[in-house]
Amino acid sequence: MSILHLVNKSPYENSNLNTASSIMKADDVLLLIEDGVYGAVKSGKASAMIAGQKVSVLGPDLAARGISEDKLADGVGVIDYAGFVELVESNDKVQSWL
Amino acid sequence: MSDTKKFLFFNRKAPYGTIYAWESLEVVLISAAFEQDVSLAFMDDGVYQLVKGQDTSGIGMKNFSPTYAALGDYEITKIYVEKESLEERGLTLDDLQHLVWEDEDEDYAEKDSIRLVSRAELGDVMAEQDVLFNF
Repeated sequence: MSILHLVNKSPYENSNLNTASSIMKADDVLLLIEDGVYGAVKSGKASAMIAGQKVSVLGPDLAARGISEDKLADGVGVIDYAGFVELVESNDKVQSWL
Repeated sequence: MSDTKKFLFFNRKAPYGTIYAWESLEVVLISAAFEQDVSLAFMDDGVYQLVKGQDTSGIGMKNFSPTYAALGDYEITKIYVEKESLEERGLTLDDLQHLVWEDEDEDYAEKDSIRLVSRAELGDVMAEQDVLFNF
């Protein structure tokens, strides 16, 4: 039984990413969208929170914010809206950390 | 004009997750049109507003980031970026747009608008203002 965790806020603005990443189980997946994508930038302090997790980011939200894929932390996958739908379908539940 | 005041606009939010950044730009441009002495400060997530290479074609929102490059034409020449906020986010000045203004007193020489300041220096900038606006 896996959960897809969604985080849409900047990790520098509130503790949502910290909460999500610390409650996740081994099979769970984290998807960063909207301002959440800032958490996946390798050189940023917040990227330490997602080390060792299964993490994807939404490509259109990255591009909007001027973040190129080579700036991401190791192992972070970039997906499009169709990939977002696939993640929702392939996990048993969705938890949105609003 | 005798009614000129020193306005400082504080920008502390990322550009597209909320409407604050865009609204700030609107008020900044209005203030400049009324010939006030306008300065901008970017700290916390606000520094993300100035990141270059923004492409919003995939999210159905207007990319307003080119507007920052036009601020020099409105005689907005003091753009303060807080050093600590950049560092925490793993950003450097090279990740930001190169914003300039033309100095008509020096044969329209191009000068940098962005001033990298520490938190303490930003506090000094705040202290010398007449009015503070927060977005």
